[in-house]
Amino acid sequence: MTVTELVPYEEALATYDPVMGLEVHVELGTATKMFCGCSTTLGADANSQTCPTCLGLPGALPVVNATGVESAVRIGLALHCEIAEWCRFARKNYFYPDMPKNFQTSQYDEPIAFDGYLDVQLEDGEIFRVEIERAHMEEDTGKSTHIGGATGRIHGASHSLLDYNRAGIPLIEIVTKPIEGAGERAPEVAKAYVAELRELIKALGVSEARMEMGQMRCDVNLSLRPKGERSFGTRSETKNVNSLRSVERAARFEVQRHAAVLDAGGKIVQETRHFHEDDGSTTPGRVKEEAEDYRYFPEPDLVPVAPSREWVEELRAGLPELPRVRRNRLREEWGISQHEMQSVLNAGAVGLIVATTDAGAPADQARKWWMGELARRANESGTDLADLPIGPEDVARVCALVAEGSLNDKLARQVIEGVLDGEGAPDEVVEKRGLKVVSDEGALGAAVDEAIAGNAAVAEKIRGGKVQAAGALVGAVMKATRGQADAARVRELILEKLGVEG
Amino acid sequence: MPGISREEVAHLARLARLELKDEELDHFAGQLDDIIGAVATVSDVANEDVPPTSHPLPLTNVMRPDTVRPSLTPQQALSGAPAQEQQRFKVPQILGED
Repeated sequence: MTVTELVPYEEALATYDPVMGLEVHVELGTATKMFCGCSTTLGADANSQTCPTCLGLPGALPVVNATGVESAVRIGLALHCEIAEWCRFARKNYFYPDMPKNFQTSQYDEPIAFDGYLDVQLEDGEIFRVEIERAHMEEDTGKSTHIGGATGRIHGASHSLLDYNRAGIPLIEIVTKPIEGAGERAPEVAKAYVAELRELIKALGVSEARMEMGQMRCDVNLSLRPKGERSFGTRSETKNVNSLRSVERAARFEVQRHAAVLDAGGKIVQETRHFHEDDGSTTPGRVKEEAEDYRYFPEPDLVPVAPSREWVEELRAGLPELPRVRRNRLREEWGISQHEMQSVLNAGAVGLIVATTDAGAPADQARKWWMGELARRANESGTDLADLPIGPEDVARVCALVAEGSLNDKLARQVIEGVLDGEGAPDEVVEKRGLKVVSDEGALGAAVDEAIAGNAAVAEKIRGGKVQAAGALVGAVMKATRGQADAARVRELILEKLGVEG
Repeated sequence: MPGISREEVAHLARLARLELKDEELDHFAGQLDDIIGAVATVSDVANEDVPPTSHPLPLTNVMRPDTVRPSLTPQQALSGAPAQEQQRFKVPQILGED
Protein backbone atom coordinates (compact mmCIF):
# COMPACT_ATOMS: atom_id res chain seq x y z
CA MET A 1 0.00 0.00 0.00
CA THR A 2 1.24 3.45 -0.80
CA VAL A 3 1.56 6.08 1.85
CA THR A 4 -1.68 8.01 2.12
CA GLU A 5 -1.45 11.76 1.79
CA LEU A 6 -2.60 13.05 5.17
CA VAL A 7 -5.43 15.53 5.39
CA PRO A 8 -4.53 18.69 7.34
CA TYR A 9 -5.83 18.30 10.89
CA GLU A 10 -8.20 21.27 10.89
CA GLU A 11 -9.64 20.19 7.57
CA ALA A 12 -10.24 16.65 8.84
CA LEU A 13 -12.05 18.05 11.88
CA ALA A 14 -14.24 20.24 9.73
CA THR A 15 -15.75 17.13 8.16
CA TYR A 16 -15.40 14.40 10.77
CA ASP A 17 -15.98 13.77 14.45
CA PRO A 18 -13.40 11.52 16.15
CA VAL A 19 -14.37 8.79 18.62
CA MET A 20 -11.63 7.27 20.76
CA GLY A 21 -11.20 4.31 23.03
CA LEU A 22 -8.11 4.12 25.20
CA GLU A 23 -6.72 0.93 26.66
CA VAL A 24 -4.01 1.37 29.22
CA HIS A 25 -1.96 -1.47 30.66
CA VAL A 26 -0.32 -0.85 34.01
CA GLU A 27 2.33 -3.18 35.35
CA LEU A 28 1.83 -3.43 39.09
CA GLY A 29 4.78 -2.89 41.38
CA THR A 30 4.23 -6.11 43.35
CA ALA A 31 7.23 -8.08 44.56
CA THR A 32 6.01 -11.24 42.81
CA LYS A 33 4.16 -12.26 39.68
CA MET A 34 0.38 -12.47 39.46
CA PHE A 35 0.02 -16.22 39.80
CA CYS A 36 3.34 -17.46 41.19
CA GLY A 37 6.03 -16.38 43.64
CA CYS A 38 8.70 -15.47 41.07
CA SER A 39 10.36 -12.11 41.60
CA THR A 40 9.45 -9.18 39.35
CA THR A 41 12.74 -7.31 39.74
CA LEU A 42 13.73 -5.59 36.51
CA GLY A 43 17.03 -6.23 34.79
CA ALA A 44 17.59 -9.75 36.10
CA ASP A 45 19.52 -12.37 34.14
CA ALA A 46 17.45 -13.87 31.29
CA ASN A 47 15.07 -16.61 32.43
CA SER A 48 16.26 -16.43 36.05
CA GLN A 49 12.77 -15.49 37.32
CA THR A 50 10.61 -18.34 36.11
CA CYS A 51 9.02 -21.41 37.65
CA PRO A 52 6.81 -24.29 36.52
CA THR A 53 3.71 -22.08 36.88
CA CYS A 54 4.78 -19.14 34.72
CA LEU A 55 6.46 -21.50 32.25
CA GLY A 56 3.18 -23.38 31.93
CA LEU A 57 4.73 -26.74 32.77
CA PRO A 58 2.26 -29.62 33.20
CA GLY A 59 0.73 -29.96 36.65
CA ALA A 60 1.71 -26.52 37.90
CA LEU A 61 -1.09 -24.65 39.68
CA PRO A 62 -1.42 -20.86 39.74
CA VAL A 63 -2.53 -18.99 42.90
CA VAL A 64 -3.44 -15.32 42.63
CA ASN A 65 -1.32 -12.64 44.31
CA ALA A 66 -3.35 -11.03 47.15
CA THR A 67 -1.62 -7.67 46.67
CA GLY A 68 -2.40 -7.84 42.95
CA VAL A 69 -6.11 -8.22 43.67
CA GLU A 70 -6.01 -5.46 46.27
CA SER A 71 -4.27 -3.12 43.82
CA ALA A 72 -6.90 -3.88 41.18
CA VAL A 73 -9.71 -3.07 43.60
CA ARG A 74 -8.02 0.16 44.70
CA ILE A 75 -7.51 1.27 41.08
CA GLY A 76 -11.16 0.45 40.40
CA LEU A 77 -12.31 2.47 43.39
CA ALA A 78 -10.14 5.44 42.53
CA LEU A 79 -11.76 5.38 39.08
CA HIS A 80 -15.21 5.47 40.72
CA CYS A 81 -15.96 1.97 39.46
CA GLU A 82 -18.28 -0.66 40.81
CA ILE A 83 -16.36 -3.60 42.22
CA ALA A 84 -17.58 -7.04 41.21
CA GLU A 85 -19.02 -9.10 44.05
CA TRP A 86 -17.82 -12.22 42.31
CA CYS A 87 -15.63 -12.62 39.26
CA ARG A 88 -13.45 -15.13 37.55
CA PHE A 89 -10.30 -15.30 35.51
CA ALA A 90 -10.45 -16.50 31.93
CA ARG A 91 -8.02 -18.02 29.50
CA LYS A 92 -7.34 -16.03 26.38
CA ASN A 93 -6.04 -18.63 23.97
CA TYR A 94 -3.58 -17.75 21.25
CA PHE A 95 -0.46 -19.14 19.67
CA TYR A 96 2.46 -16.84 20.02
CA PRO A 97 5.70 -17.67 21.78
CA ASP A 98 5.53 -14.68 24.17
CA MET A 99 3.39 -16.84 26.49
CA PRO A 100 4.75 -20.31 27.15
CA LYS A 101 1.28 -21.50 28.22
CA ASN A 102 -0.28 -20.66 24.83
CA PHE A 103 -2.83 -18.59 26.68
CA GLN A 104 -2.83 -15.47 28.78
CA THR A 105 -4.68 -15.54 32.06
CA SER A 106 -6.99 -12.56 31.94
CA GLN A 107 -10.58 -11.66 32.71
CA TYR A 108 -13.26 -11.72 30.07
CA ASP A 109 -16.91 -10.96 30.81
CA GLU A 110 -16.44 -10.58 34.55
CA PRO A 111 -13.91 -7.77 35.16
CA ILE A 112 -13.14 -6.96 38.79
CA ALA A 113 -14.06 -3.28 38.27
CA PHE A 114 -16.49 -1.65 35.84
CA ASP A 115 -18.53 1.46 35.07
CA GLY A 116 -16.44 4.29 36.40
CA TYR A 117 -15.02 7.59 35.25
CA LEU A 118 -11.98 9.80 35.46
CA ASP A 119 -12.24 13.57 35.25
CA VAL A 120 -9.31 15.08 33.43
CA GLN A 121 -8.34 18.70 33.34
CA LEU A 122 -7.25 20.14 30.02
CA GLU A 123 -4.59 22.82 29.76
CA ASP A 124 -7.08 25.66 29.81
CA GLY A 125 -8.68 24.28 32.93
CA GLU A 126 -11.69 22.68 31.25
CA ILE A 127 -12.77 19.41 32.86
CA PHE A 128 -13.52 16.50 30.55
CA ARG A 129 -15.09 13.35 31.95
CA VAL A 130 -13.77 10.10 30.51
CA GLU A 131 -16.07 7.17 31.24
CA ILE A 132 -14.40 3.92 32.25
CA GLU A 133 -15.76 0.69 30.84
CA ARG A 134 -13.73 -1.71 32.95
CA ALA A 135 -10.49 -2.48 34.72
CA HIS A 136 -9.43 -6.09 34.79
CA MET A 137 -6.59 -8.25 36.02
CA GLU A 138 -4.22 -10.11 33.74
CA GLU A 139 -0.56 -10.91 33.27
CA ASP A 140 2.28 -9.59 31.14
CA THR A 141 4.01 -11.58 28.42
CA GLY A 142 7.64 -12.59 27.92
CA LYS A 143 10.17 -10.53 26.03
CA SER A 144 11.09 -11.51 22.46
CA THR A 145 14.34 -10.73 20.70
CA HIS A 146 14.21 -11.23 16.96
CA ILE A 147 17.43 -12.46 15.35
CA GLY A 148 18.60 -12.19 11.77
CA GLY A 149 16.34 -9.43 10.52
CA ALA A 150 17.10 -5.78 10.05
CA THR A 151 17.42 -3.81 13.33
CA GLY A 152 15.79 -6.46 15.49
CA ARG A 153 12.47 -6.41 13.68
CA ILE A 154 10.24 -9.45 13.53
CA HIS A 155 9.96 -9.14 9.75
CA GLY A 156 12.75 -11.00 8.07
CA ALA A 157 14.00 -12.56 11.33
CA SER A 158 15.32 -16.11 11.05
CA HIS A 159 14.31 -17.00 14.59
CA SER A 160 13.46 -15.41 17.94
CA LEU A 161 14.71 -15.72 21.50
CA LEU A 162 12.43 -15.61 24.52
CA ASP A 163 13.09 -14.42 28.04
CA TYR A 164 10.15 -15.25 30.28
CA ASN A 165 11.12 -13.14 33.30
CA ARG A 166 8.32 -10.70 32.45
CA ALA A 167 5.77 -13.43 31.68
CA GLY A 168 3.28 -13.40 34.53
CA ILE A 169 3.98 -9.93 35.98
CA PRO A 170 0.63 -8.50 37.13
CA LEU A 171 -1.08 -6.16 34.70
CA ILE A 172 -4.21 -4.13 35.14
CA GLU A 173 -5.88 -3.22 31.87
CA ILE A 174 -8.06 -0.12 32.06
CA VAL A 175 -10.47 0.41 29.19
CA THR A 176 -12.47 3.56 28.54
CA LYS A 177 -15.92 3.70 27.05
CA PRO A 178 -16.00 5.35 23.63
CA ILE A 179 -14.86 8.93 24.16
CA GLU A 180 -17.24 11.12 22.21
CA GLY A 181 -17.65 14.85 22.01
CA ALA A 182 -14.01 15.79 22.37
CA GLY A 183 -13.97 17.05 18.78
CA GLU A 184 -10.76 18.77 17.81
CA ARG A 185 -9.47 18.33 21.34
CA ALA A 186 -9.51 14.52 21.09
CA PRO A 187 -5.70 14.16 20.96
CA GLU A 188 -5.38 16.55 23.90
CA VAL A 189 -8.02 14.62 25.86
CA ALA A 190 -6.18 11.36 25.14
CA LYS A 191 -2.93 12.78 26.45
CA ALA A 192 -4.56 14.38 29.49
CA TYR A 193 -6.37 11.14 30.32
CA VAL A 194 -3.20 9.06 30.24
CA ALA A 195 -1.36 11.74 32.24
CA GLU A 196 -4.10 11.85 34.86
CA LEU A 197 -4.29 8.07 35.04
CA ARG A 198 -0.54 7.92 35.56
CA GLU A 199 -0.76 10.45 38.40
CA LEU A 200 -3.56 8.42 39.94
CA ILE A 201 -1.64 5.14 39.72
CA LYS A 202 1.39 6.81 41.30
CA ALA A 203 -0.72 8.36 44.06
CA LEU A 204 -2.16 4.94 44.85
CA GLY A 205 1.39 3.60 45.09
CA VAL A 206 0.49 0.50 43.05
CA SER A 207 3.05 1.15 40.33
CA GLU A 208 5.69 3.70 39.43
CA ALA A 209 3.90 3.86 36.07
CA ARG A 210 7.05 4.87 34.18
CA MET A 211 6.02 4.82 30.55
CA GLU A 212 9.60 4.84 29.28
CA MET A 213 10.17 1.59 31.22
CA GLY A 214 7.06 -0.03 29.77
CA GLN A 215 5.34 0.00 33.17
CA MET A 216 2.44 1.78 31.56
CA ARG A 217 1.48 1.42 27.91
CA CYS A 218 -1.40 2.80 25.93
CA ASP A 219 -3.33 1.50 22.94
CA VAL A 220 -5.21 4.20 21.06
CA ASN A 221 -8.41 3.12 19.28
CA LEU A 222 -9.72 5.77 16.98
CA SER A 223 -12.44 6.11 14.39
CA LEU A 224 -14.03 8.97 12.50
CA ARG A 225 -17.66 9.51 11.63
CA PRO A 226 -19.10 12.26 9.47
CA LYS A 227 -20.19 15.17 11.65
CA GLY A 228 -23.76 14.68 12.85
CA GLU A 229 -23.62 10.91 12.32
CA ARG A 230 -24.35 8.86 15.44
CA SER A 231 -23.00 5.41 14.56
CA PHE A 232 -19.27 4.84 14.85
CA GLY A 233 -16.92 4.39 11.94
CA THR A 234 -14.44 1.53 11.63
CA ARG A 235 -11.59 1.92 14.09
CA SER A 236 -7.88 1.29 14.04
CA GLU A 237 -5.95 0.30 17.13
CA THR A 238 -2.52 1.84 17.51
CA LYS A 239 -0.59 -0.37 19.94
CA ASN A 240 2.02 0.40 22.54
CA VAL A 241 2.14 4.15 22.45
CA ASN A 242 4.58 4.74 25.23
CA SER A 243 4.82 8.39 26.12
CA LEU A 244 2.29 11.15 26.77
CA ARG A 245 3.47 13.11 23.79
CA SER A 246 3.16 10.03 21.58
CA VAL A 247 -0.42 9.42 22.71
CA GLU A 248 -1.34 12.87 21.45
CA ARG A 249 0.63 12.49 18.23
CA ALA A 250 -0.77 9.03 17.48
CA ALA A 251 -4.35 10.25 17.88
CA ARG A 252 -3.65 13.26 15.70
CA PHE A 253 -1.98 11.19 13.01
CA GLU A 254 -4.83 8.68 12.88
CA VAL A 255 -7.40 11.46 12.57
CA GLN A 256 -5.52 12.78 9.55
CA ARG A 257 -4.98 9.34 8.03
CA HIS A 258 -8.56 8.17 8.47
CA ALA A 259 -9.82 11.43 6.97
CA ALA A 260 -7.60 10.89 3.95
CA VAL A 261 -8.84 7.34 3.40
CA LEU A 262 -12.48 8.33 3.86
CA ASP A 263 -12.18 11.44 1.70
CA ALA A 264 -10.84 9.27 -1.11
CA GLY A 265 -13.91 7.08 -0.79
CA GLY A 266 -11.91 4.28 0.81
CA LYS A 267 -12.69 2.06 3.79
CA ILE A 268 -10.76 1.93 7.04
CA VAL A 269 -9.34 -1.52 7.66
CA GLN A 270 -9.94 -2.72 11.20
CA GLU A 271 -6.40 -3.54 12.17
CA THR A 272 -3.71 -2.96 14.74
CA ARG A 273 -1.12 -0.35 13.88
CA HIS A 274 2.40 0.37 15.09
CA PHE A 275 3.40 3.85 16.19
CA HIS A 276 6.77 5.26 15.17
CA GLU A 277 8.38 7.64 17.63
CA ASP A 278 10.72 9.17 15.06
CA ASP A 279 8.14 10.73 12.75
CA GLY A 280 4.89 10.23 14.67
CA SER A 281 3.37 8.03 11.98
CA THR A 282 1.63 4.66 12.26
CA THR A 283 1.94 1.64 9.98
CA PRO A 284 -0.28 -1.42 9.68
CA GLY A 285 0.22 -4.42 11.94
CA ARG A 286 -1.91 -7.52 11.84
CA VAL A 287 -5.57 -7.60 10.90
CA LYS A 288 -7.42 -7.74 14.19
CA GLU A 289 -8.55 -11.21 15.20
CA GLU A 290 -12.16 -11.55 16.16
CA ALA A 291 -12.61 -11.74 19.93
CA GLU A 292 -14.17 -15.18 19.65
CA ASP A 293 -11.02 -16.49 18.06
CA TYR A 294 -9.36 -16.24 21.45
CA ARG A 295 -11.82 -18.90 22.68
CA TYR A 296 -12.04 -17.37 26.13
CA PHE A 297 -13.26 -19.73 28.84
CA PRO A 298 -13.26 -19.58 32.63
CA GLU A 299 -9.86 -20.47 34.07
CA PRO A 300 -10.41 -23.80 35.85
CA ASP A 301 -7.18 -23.63 37.86
CA LEU A 302 -8.05 -20.41 39.71
CA VAL A 303 -11.04 -20.04 42.01
CA PRO A 304 -13.33 -17.01 41.71
CA VAL A 305 -12.43 -13.74 43.40
CA ALA A 306 -15.25 -12.41 45.59
CA PRO A 307 -14.19 -9.18 47.31
CA SER A 308 -16.32 -8.78 50.44
CA ARG A 309 -18.16 -5.48 50.73
CA GLU A 310 -16.48 -4.81 54.09
CA TRP A 311 -13.05 -5.17 52.51
CA VAL A 312 -13.99 -2.99 49.56
CA GLU A 313 -15.23 -0.26 51.92
CA GLU A 314 -12.06 -0.55 53.98
CA LEU A 315 -9.99 -0.05 50.83
CA ARG A 316 -12.19 2.84 49.74
CA ALA A 317 -11.68 4.55 53.10
CA GLY A 318 -7.92 4.17 52.70
CA LEU A 319 -7.70 5.79 49.27
CA PRO A 320 -5.38 8.78 49.04
CA GLU A 321 -6.60 12.19 47.98
CA LEU A 322 -7.10 12.00 44.21
CA PRO A 323 -4.44 13.85 42.19
CA ARG A 324 -6.78 16.39 40.63
CA VAL A 325 -8.35 17.24 43.99
CA ARG A 326 -4.91 17.48 45.52
CA ARG A 327 -3.65 19.73 42.74
CA ASN A 328 -6.57 22.07 43.13
CA ARG A 329 -6.09 22.21 46.90
CA LEU A 330 -2.37 22.96 46.49
CA ARG A 331 -3.08 25.55 43.83
CA GLU A 332 -5.35 27.36 46.24
CA GLU A 333 -2.95 27.01 49.15
CA TRP A 334 -0.13 28.37 47.03
CA GLY A 335 -2.33 31.09 45.63
CA ILE A 336 -1.33 30.63 42.01
CA SER A 337 -3.23 30.61 38.76
CA GLN A 338 -4.40 27.59 36.76
CA HIS A 339 -1.75 28.40 34.21
CA GLU A 340 1.04 28.60 36.77
CA MET A 341 -0.09 25.32 38.29
CA GLN A 342 0.01 23.73 34.87
CA SER A 343 3.64 24.82 34.47
CA VAL A 344 4.48 23.35 37.87
CA LEU A 345 2.79 20.13 36.80
CA ASN A 346 4.49 20.00 33.43
CA ALA A 347 7.85 20.51 35.13
CA GLY A 348 7.16 17.56 37.43
CA ALA A 349 7.65 19.86 40.41
CA VAL A 350 4.47 19.34 42.45
CA GLY A 351 5.88 16.63 44.68
CA LEU A 352 9.20 18.42 45.09
CA ILE A 353 7.56 21.68 46.14
CA VAL A 354 5.32 19.88 48.60
CA ALA A 355 8.32 18.05 50.06
CA THR A 356 10.18 21.37 50.33
CA THR A 357 7.30 23.03 52.19
CA ASP A 358 7.01 19.93 54.37
CA ALA A 359 10.66 20.53 55.24
CA GLY A 360 9.71 24.00 56.46
CA ALA A 361 10.05 26.35 53.49
CA PRO A 362 7.32 28.83 52.54
CA ALA A 363 5.48 27.66 49.41
CA ASP A 364 6.34 30.73 47.32
CA GLN A 365 10.05 30.33 48.09
CA ALA A 366 9.96 26.61 47.36
CA ARG A 367 8.17 27.25 44.09
CA LYS A 368 10.55 30.07 43.18
CA TRP A 369 13.59 27.82 43.42
CA TRP A 370 12.15 24.72 41.76
CA MET A 371 10.50 26.59 38.92
CA GLY A 372 13.32 29.11 38.47
CA GLU A 373 16.97 28.33 38.98
CA LEU A 374 16.50 24.58 39.32
CA ALA A 375 14.14 24.18 36.36
CA ARG A 376 16.69 26.08 34.31
CA ARG A 377 19.50 23.78 35.42
CA ALA A 378 17.42 20.67 34.75
CA ASN A 379 16.56 22.00 31.34
CA GLU A 380 20.20 22.71 30.56
CA SER A 381 21.35 19.24 31.52
CA GLY A 382 18.30 17.55 30.00
CA THR A 383 17.35 15.79 33.24
CA ASP A 384 14.19 15.63 35.27
CA LEU A 385 13.95 18.02 38.19
CA ALA A 386 13.70 15.05 40.54
CA ASP A 387 17.01 13.70 39.23
CA LEU A 388 19.01 16.84 40.00
CA PRO A 389 21.61 16.27 42.71
CA ILE A 390 19.68 18.47 45.12
CA GLY A 391 16.75 17.51 47.30
CA PRO A 392 13.79 19.26 48.91
CA GLU A 393 15.59 19.35 52.30
CA ASP A 394 18.51 21.22 50.71
CA VAL A 395 16.22 23.77 49.13
CA ALA A 396 14.30 24.16 52.40
CA ARG A 397 17.59 24.74 54.26
CA VAL A 398 18.60 27.45 51.79
CA CYS A 399 15.21 29.11 52.29
CA ALA A 400 15.73 28.98 56.06
CA LEU A 401 19.18 30.57 55.75
CA VAL A 402 17.69 33.38 53.68
CA ALA A 403 14.84 33.84 56.14
CA GLU A 404 17.19 34.18 59.12
CA GLY A 405 19.26 36.70 57.18
CA SER A 406 22.43 34.61 56.87
CA LEU A 407 22.12 34.57 53.10
CA ASN A 408 20.80 37.06 50.62
CA ASP A 409 19.33 36.05 47.31
CA LYS A 410 22.57 36.28 45.43
CA LEU A 411 24.44 34.17 47.95
CA ALA A 412 21.58 31.67 48.10
CA ARG A 413 22.00 31.19 44.38
CA GLN A 414 25.66 30.37 44.89
CA VAL A 415 24.81 27.89 47.62
CA ILE A 416 22.35 26.14 45.35
CA GLU A 417 25.04 26.06 42.68
CA GLY A 418 27.49 24.54 45.14
CA VAL A 419 25.05 21.81 46.14
CA LEU A 420 24.38 21.03 42.47
CA ASP A 421 28.12 20.84 41.85
CA GLY A 422 28.46 18.23 44.56
CA GLU A 423 30.12 20.39 47.20
CA GLY A 424 27.86 19.03 49.91
CA ALA A 425 24.80 20.14 51.85
CA PRO A 426 23.95 23.88 51.96
CA ASP A 427 25.70 24.50 55.30
CA GLU A 428 28.85 22.84 53.99
CA VAL A 429 28.80 24.98 50.87
CA VAL A 430 28.33 28.13 52.99
CA GLU A 431 31.27 27.06 55.11
CA LYS A 432 33.57 26.07 52.25
CA ARG A 433 32.84 29.03 50.03
CA GLY A 434 32.71 31.47 52.93
CA LEU A 435 29.29 32.70 51.91
CA LYS A 436 27.78 34.66 54.76
CA VAL A 437 25.95 37.91 54.75
CA VAL A 438 28.14 40.46 56.53
CA SER A 439 25.94 41.14 59.48
CA ASP A 440 28.72 42.57 61.62
CA GLU A 441 27.39 46.16 61.86
CA GLY A 442 30.88 47.49 62.55
CA ALA A 443 32.37 46.01 59.43
CA LEU A 444 29.33 47.05 57.42
CA GLY A 445 29.46 50.58 58.83
CA ALA A 446 33.10 50.88 57.84
CA ALA A 447 32.31 49.76 54.31
CA VAL A 448 29.50 52.30 54.11
CA ASP A 449 31.76 55.10 55.35
CA GLU A 450 34.32 54.14 52.75
CA ALA A 451 31.72 54.19 49.98
CA ILE A 452 30.48 57.60 51.04
CA ALA A 453 34.01 58.95 51.19
CA GLY A 454 34.89 57.53 47.78
CA ASN A 455 31.73 58.87 46.12
CA ALA A 456 31.40 62.32 47.57
CA ALA A 457 29.42 63.69 44.64
CA VAL A 458 26.80 60.96 44.90
CA ALA A 459 26.63 61.37 48.66
CA GLU A 460 26.00 65.07 48.18
CA LYS A 461 23.08 64.38 45.86
CA ILE A 462 21.54 62.02 48.41
CA ARG A 463 21.93 64.60 51.16
CA GLY A 464 20.15 66.94 48.82
CA GLY A 465 17.13 64.61 48.81
CA LYS A 466 17.88 62.53 45.74
CA VAL A 467 17.28 59.28 47.60
CA GLN A 468 17.22 57.09 44.48
CA ALA A 469 20.91 57.83 43.96
CA ALA A 470 21.60 55.60 47.00
CA GLY A 471 21.63 52.63 44.61
CA ALA A 472 25.10 53.52 43.41
CA LEU A 473 26.46 53.55 46.97
CA VAL A 474 24.70 50.27 47.80
CA GLY A 475 26.40 48.83 44.73
CA ALA A 476 29.78 50.03 45.91
CA VAL A 477 29.28 48.48 49.35
CA MET A 478 28.08 45.19 47.85
CA LYS A 479 31.17 45.17 45.66
CA ALA A 480 33.46 45.84 48.59
CA THR A 481 31.87 43.02 50.59
CA ARG A 482 31.90 40.66 47.59
CA GLY A 483 28.12 40.54 47.61
CA GLN A 484 27.96 39.26 51.12
CA ALA A 485 26.00 42.13 52.64
CA ASP A 486 22.28 42.47 53.11
CA ALA A 487 21.48 45.08 50.48
CA ALA A 488 18.40 46.38 52.30
CA ARG A 489 20.38 46.93 55.49
CA VAL A 490 23.17 48.66 53.55
CA ARG A 491 20.67 51.09 52.11
CA GLU A 492 19.27 51.82 55.56
CA LEU A 493 22.77 52.52 56.90
CA ILE A 494 23.64 54.82 54.00
CA LEU A 495 20.50 56.92 54.45
CA GLU A 496 20.98 56.96 58.23
CA LYS A 497 24.57 58.16 57.94
CA LEU A 498 23.62 60.82 55.42
CA GLY A 499 20.74 61.94 57.63
CA VAL A 500 18.03 61.33 55.06
CA GLU A 501 14.64 59.73 55.57
CA GLY A 502 14.24 56.58 53.42
CA MET B 1 -30.38 -27.86 18.38
CA PRO B 2 -26.65 -27.49 19.11
CA GLY B 3 -24.22 -28.79 16.62
CA ILE B 4 -20.95 -28.09 14.93
CA SER B 5 -20.36 -27.73 11.25
CA ARG B 6 -17.44 -28.98 9.27
CA GLU B 7 -16.42 -25.36 8.62
CA GLU B 8 -16.37 -24.61 12.33
CA VAL B 9 -14.16 -27.63 12.98
CA ALA B 10 -11.81 -26.47 10.24
CA HIS B 11 -11.70 -22.99 11.79
CA LEU B 12 -11.00 -24.35 15.28
CA ALA B 13 -8.35 -26.65 13.89
CA ARG B 14 -6.63 -23.68 12.31
CA LEU B 15 -6.79 -21.70 15.57
CA ALA B 16 -5.34 -24.70 17.41
CA ARG B 17 -2.65 -25.09 14.72
CA LEU B 18 -3.84 -28.61 13.90
CA GLU B 19 -3.46 -29.79 10.35
CA LEU B 20 -6.45 -31.97 9.51
CA LYS B 21 -7.09 -33.87 6.30
CA ASP B 22 -10.48 -33.66 4.61
CA GLU B 23 -11.58 -37.07 5.82
CA GLU B 24 -10.43 -36.18 9.34
CA LEU B 25 -12.57 -33.03 9.28
CA ASP B 26 -15.61 -35.11 8.35
CA HIS B 27 -14.74 -37.67 11.00
CA PHE B 28 -14.18 -35.15 13.82
CA ALA B 29 -17.14 -32.99 12.89
CA GLY B 30 -19.38 -36.03 13.35
CA GLN B 31 -17.72 -37.03 16.63
CA LEU B 32 -17.74 -33.49 18.05
CA ASP B 33 -21.36 -33.12 17.08
CA ASP B 34 -22.19 -36.23 19.14
CA ILE B 35 -20.20 -34.92 22.11
CA ILE B 36 -21.83 -31.49 22.01
CA GLY B 37 -25.22 -33.13 21.76
CA ALA B 38 -24.46 -35.30 24.78
CA VAL B 39 -23.23 -32.37 26.85
CA ALA B 40 -26.28 -30.35 25.81
CA THR B 41 -28.57 -32.78 27.65
CA VAL B 42 -27.27 -31.11 30.84
CA SER B 43 -29.19 -28.00 29.77
CA ASP B 44 -32.37 -30.06 29.67
CA VAL B 45 -31.90 -31.06 33.28
CA ALA B 46 -30.68 -27.77 34.74
CA ASN B 47 -33.33 -25.15 35.25
CA GLU B 48 -32.68 -21.43 34.87
CA ASP B 49 -32.06 -21.14 38.62
CA VAL B 50 -29.02 -23.40 38.39
CA PRO B 51 -25.96 -21.30 37.50
CA PRO B 52 -23.32 -22.80 35.23
CA THR B 53 -20.48 -24.39 37.15
CA SER B 54 -16.92 -23.51 36.32
CA HIS B 55 -15.45 -24.87 39.52
CA PRO B 56 -16.58 -28.02 41.29
CA LEU B 57 -15.67 -26.74 44.77
CA PRO B 58 -17.44 -23.82 46.45
CA LEU B 59 -14.19 -21.98 47.05
CA THR B 60 -13.46 -18.28 46.54
CA ASN B 61 -10.59 -15.91 47.33
CA VAL B 62 -7.77 -18.39 47.48
CA MET B 63 -4.79 -16.05 47.41
CA ARG B 64 -1.14 -16.07 48.35
CA PRO B 65 0.84 -13.30 50.04
CA ASP B 66 3.08 -11.22 47.80
CA THR B 67 6.22 -12.95 49.00
CA VAL B 68 9.03 -13.98 46.68
CA ARG B 69 9.76 -17.67 46.40
CA PRO B 70 12.85 -19.11 44.77
CA SER B 71 12.64 -19.48 41.00
CA LEU B 72 14.18 -22.17 38.87
CA THR B 73 17.72 -21.53 37.71
CA PRO B 74 17.94 -20.50 34.04
CA GLN B 75 19.54 -23.89 33.36
CA GLN B 76 16.60 -25.70 34.96
CA ALA B 77 14.09 -23.47 33.16
CA LEU B 78 15.74 -24.16 29.82
CA SER B 79 16.34 -27.87 30.43
CA GLY B 80 13.23 -28.91 28.51
CA ALA B 81 13.65 -26.43 25.67
CA PRO B 82 14.13 -28.04 22.25
CA ALA B 83 16.54 -25.23 21.38
CA GLN B 84 18.18 -22.38 23.24
CA GLU B 85 20.55 -19.50 22.59
CA GLN B 86 21.92 -16.74 24.84
CA GLN B 87 20.16 -18.32 27.83
CA ARG B 88 16.85 -17.82 26.07
CA PHE B 89 14.27 -20.11 24.54
CA LYS B 90 14.92 -20.29 20.83
CA VAL B 91 11.79 -20.45 18.70
CA PRO B 92 11.37 -20.79 14.94
CA GLN B 93 10.57 -17.84 12.73
CA ILE B 94 7.31 -16.24 13.93
CA LEU B 95 6.26 -14.43 10.77
CA GLY B 96 6.69 -16.05 7.38
CA GLU B 97 7.87 -14.10 4.36
CA ASP B 98 4.94 -11.94 3.31
